[in-house]
Amino acid sequence: MSAPAPIEHAGLRPAGEGPHVGRALPRKEDAALLSGRGRFADDVAAPPGTLVAHVLRSPHAHAMIQRIDIKAALALPGVRAVITGDDIRKLSDPFLVAVKEPLPQWALAVERVRYVGEPVAVIVATSRYIAEDASELVEITYEPLPAIIDTREAMKEGAPLVHPEARSNAVGKRSFRYGDPETAFAEADAVVELTVEYPRNSFTPMECFVVVAEYRAHEQSYDVLSNFQGPFSAHPVMARALRVPGNRLRLRTPADSGGSFGIKLSVFPYIVLMGLASRIVGKPVKWVEDRLEHLLAASAGPNRVTNIAAAVKRDGRITALRMDQMEDYGAFLRAPMPGPLYRMHGASTGAYDIKNLSVSNTIVLTNKAPAGLIRGFGGPQLYLALERLIQRISVELGIDHIEIIRRNLIPGGVFPYKAAAGALYDSGDYPKAVEIALGSGRYDALVRRRNEARASGRHYGIGFAVVVEPGMSNMGYLSTLLPHAVRERTGPKNGAVSLATVNVDPLGAVTVTADAPVQGQGHATTLSQIVADQLGLDPDDITVNLEMDTQKDAWSIASGTYSCRFSPGTAVAAHMAAERIRDKLLRIAAKQLNVLPDDVELADGKARSRSNPDNALPFARVAGTAHWSPVMLPDGMEPGLRETATWCPPELEPPSRDDRINTSLTYGFVFDMCGIEIDPVTFQVRVDRYVSMHDAGSLLNPLLAEGQMKGAFVQGLASALYEEFIYDERGSFLTGTFADYLVPTAHEVPALELLHIESPSPFTPLGAKGLAEGNCMSVPACIANAIADALRVKEVPLPASPRRIHAILAGPEAKPPSTHTHAVAPSRGGRDITGRGSFDVKASPADVWHSLLDPAALKAVIPGCHSLELESENAYRADVSLGVGPVRGRFVAHVRLSDLELERSAQLSGDLAGALGAASGGGHVRLSPIAGGTRLDYDYTVTLSGKAAAVGGRLLDSAADIVIRKFFEGLARHMATPDTSAGERFLARFWRGLAKLLGGRA
Amino acid sequence: MKPRPFTYVRPHSVAEAVAALSRHGESARILAGGQSLVAMLNLRLVEASAIIDISRLTELSNMRVVGNALEVGAAVTQNRLLTWPDLAKRLPLLAVALPNVGHFQTRNRGTVCGSIAHADPSSEIPLSLAMLGGEVVLASPRGTRTLKAQEFQTGVLSTSRAPDEMIIAGRFPLDKSRTAAFREVSRRQGDFAIVAIGAYLKDADTICLGIGGAADRPFVTDIALGKPVTDQIEDIVWQLGGHEDIHATPHMRRDLVRRLAPIVIEEARA
Repeated sequence: MSAPAPIEHAGLRPAGEGPHVGRALPRKEDAALLSGRGRFADDVAAPPGTLVAHVLRSPHAHAMIQRIDIKAALALPGVRAVITGDDIRKLSDPFLVAVKEPLPQWALAVERVRYVGEPVAVIVATSRYIAEDASELVEITYEPLPAIIDTREAMKEGAPLVHPEARSNAVGKRSFRYGDPETAFAEADAVVELTVEYPRNSFTPMECFVVVAEYRAHEQSYDVLSNFQGPFSAHPVMARALRVPGNRLRLRTPADSGGSFGIKLSVFPYIVLMGLASRIVGKPVKWVEDRLEHLLAASAGPNRVTNIAAAVKRDGRITALRMDQMEDYGAFLRAPMPGPLYRMHGASTGAYDIKNLSVSNTIVLTNKAPAGLIRGFGGPQLYLALERLIQRISVELGIDHIEIIRRNLIPGGVFPYKAAAGALYDSGDYPKAVEIALGSGRYDALVRRRNEARASGRHYGIGFAVVVEPGMSNMGYLSTLLPHAVRERTGPKNGAVSLATVNVDPLGAVTVTADAPVQGQGHATTLSQIVADQLGLDPDDITVNLEMDTQKDAWSIASGTYSCRFSPGTAVAAHMAAERIRDKLLRIAAKQLNVLPDDVELADGKARSRSNPDNALPFARVAGTAHWSPVMLPDGMEPGLRETATWCPPELEPPSRDDRINTSLTYGFVFDMCGIEIDPVTFQVRVDRYVSMHDAGSLLNPLLAEGQMKGAFVQGLASALYEEFIYDERGSFLTGTFADYLVPTAHEVPALELLHIESPSPFTPLGAKGLAEGNCMSVPACIANAIADALRVKEVPLPASPRRIHAILAGPEAKPPSTHTHAVAPSRGGRDITGRGSFDVKASPADVWHSLLDPAALKAVIPGCHSLELESENAYRADVSLGVGPVRGRFVAHVRLSDLELERSAQLSGDLAGALGAASGGGHVRLSPIAGGTRLDYDYTVTLSGKAAAVGGRLLDSAADIVIRKFFEGLARHMATPDTSAGERFLARFWRGLAKLLGGRA
Repeated sequence: MKPRPFTYVRPHSVAEAVAALSRHGESARILAGGQSLVAMLNLRLVEASAIIDISRLTELSNMRVVGNALEVGAAVTQNRLLTWPDLAKRLPLLAVALPNVGHFQTRNRGTVCGSIAHADPSSEIPLSLAMLGGEVVLASPRGTRTLKAQEFQTGVLSTSRAPDEMIIAGRFPLDKSRTAAFREVSRRQGDFAIVAIGAYLKDADTICLGIGGAADRPFVTDIALGKPVTDQIEDIVWQLGGHEDIHATPHMRRDLVRRLAPIVIEEARA
């Protein structure tokens, strides 16, 4: 088999004569969406009597749940149930997991919480307001445990275990070897090595998760509406957890989706949770995830650490690659994880002709939110490592980056090409695409700009990235993580079954349904183009309904909208179904037109004779025959006009004995080139120019294709420069609002220059490949390479925020002039907020000391103190309302004094828990006599977690320092005023100090 | 993200608003544009027994020149101030600072005095008010009092407003300079400033320099043009203290001031 030669063109092809497929037809979805008439999940009317749910989440990264007291919450009028892990455990089974290690997960935390934001309880009430009120009345006692956040630290001996039963945080380890990498490394002229870290981020949809679940007790079934996106391989996982056969979990999806980007796979644990909640309360239950919940705990792409090395010859030819990939999935491994670690496996060598390869994969568990699907899904992680390595090779060998790329690219004319790890690249001409991009993209002009900038002392860099973009995943790829012997036992897994249905009604109107739930890509437009071409109709004549209903629609495990399976998969199934309808109509028409079927064509809304176009019947008339007049149908033809086609290409084979796997059906090509400059004042990375060349096979609709590429570009840019989920080292989550989780807006997005060539895929009838993820994969690598070029550095941490660029560029800072005494700023040394200070007090050490230890009048003088009791010697428990400015919350506080050295020093430690989150901290106070009073030295360390840390980060550290300083200032002031008990003031201010630590952002 | 229960009060006059504030006590909150308050209510960061909505009080919807200051009522939105016809001529600092406040859409609702009341250390309006030596007018059952901006804002989200007081106006002194300069560094257009810097020429030898986002409240100082500017800035950066968040270290904040302040000062002189 040889692939057709690529067609080269720049930009969109105009509309005109000829087939609808390939035309830049505007999206038929847009009229409704742009006029506020989208039908999103929250818009779908819930059944009468539906109750609403609110999920109560862990403020701790790692803790044992000691006790949950729901009495007060249950007593609130309007509350119908407070559901905890114990209830869930009785009614459901843990979710299935892809590895052999025990990593049980239920829909609610059982016994232990493992990340900030983990669902701990569900409150079901008559309104969300009441449910949230009640959640503040649920009293949960946690025993905090050390959390593990850093991926590499988690793999070390002695690290806190996320799942003690698994005995390690590193699970599912596998090593692969293709060709002879050892010899290639031994015979290399040079070995170039690099460690690359891909950060943790997400792509946020406009509508977050929505679930409306109804348990139908009379048939013990669950009926659920949710904006779930697939893959529907998660349906059996949900059904198993709910202990029902699949037909008793009816899952429906709404007509519109406010974007998904992979994230809406991860609604599935909530589908189970709300199903169970409905069963418990005996009413339908609706849950709408809010933005804080979404950022905190919905899903994220896994962060990955890759140690990558290349064996190279002097001329820059790479003879072997070695990759050690450690992928961090957070606290649980949710199906179908570890997808990102294996989705690219067959294509591990990217666009390069490298025969020898060794790969080792490790799944790492940490106290972060569980990772899941995200647009690009393994590609960004792979290509950041691979493409950074290529750039490093150019630096270390002193050869131009583009030259290293040219010398290693898979040559033209060798397709289909079998890559080292098993991917069967279907078509392309990579060198040609690169040369066109360098020419049309004006690489020479970019080099001139770099030379000019550098001549004037500015930091300007050029980056490249080369990506092979997979489309339509082989459902068998995940089984590569099992050893061959195990695969033999469990049986082969492979394929990617795609389904679409074309229905023609008695008046000849055409409706299309398919196995790809809406996410906003414009699939209805493309499907109507495909079907219209087969039936000789206009795309406007075709109605496409992409709502799904697992009890009524055709679906299989691969169904869903992900891995760019639409163009190579669902679109093909629709094309096949339309072809069958067409063939049937041709035979019906032939009989009525009195010609042979070969002489009939469907065009312009008619069935007509090719040889005598006047001999014609309206499309509706011919179609109606199948419904109204079965007697007129050709002999043996079934009446009716409905065809469901199934498409499962043979190239998607199971993993071979030697672990080679064709991970996807189609492989597009992306070549990116950019110029960036570092702003010398603000440390921001400014993208000067960005060129992206794509070969995605035949473009079904170039307008939609470019829309997808631009969307992927923006999200790639987001990964490179803006979006990141940040945890501190104790596991507090710090990016719970869009003020800290930075989604780029129109202001931040530079122009994208797109170029295309088309090498049709020989493996699909439409020749189209996936194309909507390539720039998510290429842009982080391309920008990182440009930054490496600009700053001439080896390590480029992403996202390349001004803070990180500053850390690279700024040298050691000049010391402050000695006149400045309080120049020590509080700092979040990656771990805690710490600070220290000193004050002189006009009172004797004895007075200060005794005021610390006198609890008698405390309750009366602590503002907002509802109760205070001495729990044991020097240990207090208080129920207090605390605040700074308008920020206020109620807390239970425990404070202990220890290491008492009479009139000299004491240690204060305590913790605080309430709806705003949890805090723990400690400090030393040291007293020393000075002339006329006492010098008081203090230092403190505070850790915050939960909501305050998630949403208040911008002001938290400064607030902490200011507040604690003021507290001691206040003490000093008070000690100069003899009429009040110093101790009362001291502790009162201590409470307030802790409160202020929980202050929120504006 | 639903607020706790609260009483909603929509007074018909400032007198009614002040009375309601006294009646509902310390945890009553004034709602004007709601661009900070409503988000905090929804996140349950704020306990509010009552929300007193002054957004439709015509008494507070005026901008008028009083003496040599522009008095901006507590219900005036940021975009309305931006469209005051004499803004560029008589309040050049606000003309360059206000476009940095949030986004066009938030400025349509967010009020000038709401921003002053909220006392966010990185906010542009409190910084401008402090740089101009402006005032805050507060009303309570005891009558009205006027505070200098620097006396009003005491720290992070903290002011010297008494619990029964509400801001009824802010006063921005006019004609302090013919031109002004303002720049800020933020991760995205419209984000909270990591560092915000404003400057205007006070007299031939002196620049008024203001810095937001780097301390717990606006920092305002004079720069003597006769002396080396960088030396004076080096002294200033160590007075700011700086603080750390995920977007910047104290060192980075100092470096931003070191690099940006001379540019803003030059722009203010031009």
